Amino acid sequence: MEQVTYAYPGAPRPALRNLSLELAGGEFCVLAGGSASGKSTLLRAACGLVPHFYGGVFSGRVTVGDLDSRDHGPDHMARVTGTLLQDPETQIVMSTVRAELSLPLENRGYRPAAVARGVEEVALALGIESLLDRSTATLSGGELQRVALGAALAGQPLLILLDEPTSQLDPVAGDELIGLLRRLNEEWGTTVLLIEHRLERCLAAADRVIALVDGAIAWDGDPAGFQEWAGRERAELQTPAARLIAAAGLHPAPVGVKQARAILCDHGLEAEPAGEPGGEAHSRRGVMSRRPGRWRRRARGAEPALEVRGLWHELRAGPAILRGVNLTLAAGERVALMGRNGAGKSTLLRHANGLLSPTRGRLHRAGRVALLLQNPGDYFLHERVGEEAPPDALALVGLDGMADRHPRDLSGGERQRLALAVVLGAGDRPASVVALDEPTRGMDRGSKAELAERLGGLARRGAAVLVATHEVEFAASFAERVVLLAEGRVIADAEAREVLAGGWYFATETARILGGEGGAVRPEQGAELLRRRLRLEVAG
Amino acid sequence: MTYHRQATPLHAARVVAGGGFCLALVLCAVIADHPLVLGALLVAVLGAGVGARCLGELGRVLRYALPLALIAAALNPLFSHQGLTVLARLGDVPPFGQLDVTLEALVFGAVFALKLLVVVLALALLSSTVDPDEMLRVVRRVSLRSALTASLATRMWTVLERDARRLAEARRCRADWREGGAGRAARVAAAAVVVRAVAAGALERAVDVAATLEIRGYGSVRRPPRHALPWSRHDLDFASAGLALVSLTVASRLAGVGDFDTYPTVHGSVGLPEGLLVAVLLGVALLPFTDRRGVTG
Repeated sequence: MEQVTYAYPGAPRPALRNLSLELAGGEFCVLAGGSASGKSTLLRAACGLVPHFYGGVFSGRVTVGDLDSRDHGPDHMARVTGTLLQDPETQIVMSTVRAELSLPLENRGYRPAAVARGVEEVALALGIESLLDRSTATLSGGELQRVALGAALAGQPLLILLDEPTSQLDPVAGDELIGLLRRLNEEWGTTVLLIEHRLERCLAAADRVIALVDGAIAWDGDPAGFQEWAGRERAELQTPAARLIAAAGLHPAPVGVKQARAILCDHGLEAEPAGEPGGEAHSRRGVMSRRPGRWRRRARGAEPALEVRGLWHELRAGPAILRGVNLTLAAGERVALMGRNGAGKSTLLRHANGLLSPTRGRLHRAGRVALLLQNPGDYFLHERVGEEAPPDALALVGLDGMADRHPRDLSGGERQRLALAVVLGAGDRPASVVALDEPTRGMDRGSKAELAERLGGLARRGAAVLVATHEVEFAASFAERVVLLAEGRVIADAEAREVLAGGWYFATETARILGGEGGAVRPEQGAELLRRRLRLEVAG
Repeated sequence: MTYHRQATPLHAARVVAGGGFCLALVLCAVIADHPLVLGALLVAVLGAGVGARCLGELGRVLRYALPLALIAAALNPLFSHQGLTVLARLGDVPPFGQLDVTLEALVFGAVFALKLLVVVLALALLSSTVDPDEMLRVVRRVSLRSALTASLATRMWTVLERDARRLAEARRCRADWREGGAGRAARVAAAAVVVRAVAAGALERAVDVAATLEIRGYGSVRRPPRHALPWSRHDLDFASAGLALVSLTVASRLAGVGDFDTYPTVHGSVGLPEGLLVAVLLGVALLPFTDRRGVTG
């Protein structure tokens, strides 16, 4: 990219400003930055959608391989690039998975045998071979994302452009995907340009990090340098590992778990060996139940906000999505609902709200259950913010000064707050439970922190807050309790510090660095633990 | 109507054979006029629906097609003033003028309704049993731009359907959901809100889907290579059956078997040739469904 400046049609200021960069073949580059910093636009410029498809004012030059985007549209650029955009829902164009994966290969003019082989290989690589003959209309969000990714990778492009490919994937699938990208990069020499908000997930695999601020490059260098730069300039971009080490007063800022552990070793702070996950070694307070689904609640002395007993959701001529779920939420509790894609989290939330009826079992709600589903934009029916929700609800979410704005003109975070106000409704009939389904999709760290604070506020007002999320760091930041689902069953139900400190995948970066020691799941908790040990060492 | 892969002979046939068979049924219905032949074609389509395990889908289409066909049959006597056998003189009825309901107009309307039903159901059979992706692949060899438009349109339907489902759920999650009431009028108003929201977002969605087609390289491809797969028994069966159906219908018309006139008076022959034609048409249409070897391939 040479001196690229680009503004969308009608936009008051450019999305990219005089941006120059060169990616060498075989580089694995992570593109970091806050919301609206120009990351997705850069990706669109690299694949030719900008300016050919979106129009606007463009200057500069983008060249991929030997194709100049001024002379070649996105359809020609597709010969050398594989692109995955943000919304997997609109990136599926065929009716079966096999046809979807075949399409880019056929478009490159491959013979049928080569198409069949390419489809099989990419399906095996992504673990979606069982989906090949499924109708794309029946796929879940996570499955759609993997299929769309498969379509982007199928042609073995020189350059892979990925816009938050793990946003709908559970931690297991997300880590596997990053591993796969690294393998493609190492074994095939494929260049990878990856946008990701959860930097802790991908930084260790990257060769280079580019950080964008207001459409311009603010940092371009190796991951270790990026961590140091982020510590000085953009704390919200720092990974939990870097924050842990910095808060403990140690140096340098680590890129990943392995390096963080090495730093601790250098200072004589090796992680203490952990015991059985979720066992007594983790539960210093001894409050985790041995029986999943039985949360020994601290006495709150009131009727539960939501009580679910033996809940089953069985599809007609299909599998059971929920299998005898037991769950009790107390007023004011903050609970994260976690589990792999397809574990039944969204279905459980829909039952809590009453959108679905159980095929067996029963639910008791103390009052209304406000449910915010994944797409905030779906809630807007009016032309003015003030018409969407009552004034007290708008005030509660901090939008009281925006009553005359059009909902579509709000930023991503503001839209979500407005949708929250829509489901919360007037203060005279408060919700006893506030449930959110994957609310952090596409959010930067700052917006997530703001959301966690807001959810805490709702809990303090007496609502039980139940959030289905794949993000362990977000769960650690707001939840006091974590319920883990697997194949429709509750397999863990305990304090957040126990569940998120005791596993491999459903564990925060801090917990992985410290081996679950002391149940520390957030960087500040881990840093406190390390500081204490450092003080003990000095005293000793 | 959505395509679901099933283990049936029609699903196992390639798109040229399976689609050709369904279109042959459509063509036969267009060519034939005799109610017996049209009735046989209707039975053939429904029988094919049973053989292809999509009778439920056909039934859903029939729910909409049947009232339309009945309306068409009822309207014909009002608009057509032909025929000699007057059943009722209704006098001067604006805007139709002098309104004489004739037997011939009624019969013509009924035959037209039957024809319409066969055509609609045969097309429903086509969309339930023929893989649209394969169909697009065939169309792309003929016309890229048409295929691009068709691809966008077929995908958009699914995307908008999902959007509508999501929007309807979001509507039910609104705190003010119950304020509109719970009656039929409230439900209609709520549905209208959802439809309006889906329609408002349709352009944005179409742009997203079109962008995806672009980055998959859809517009750049030259004529895609031909899939030189050997013809399976089902390919041969359905291609032969389709060809035979059209040949039989055309030949019978040329030979004067199964002729049927409605104007000026109703005239149609019913005899051994017509009986044989009906039996052969039914046999030819349904025979390919009896061979179930290799249907899951």
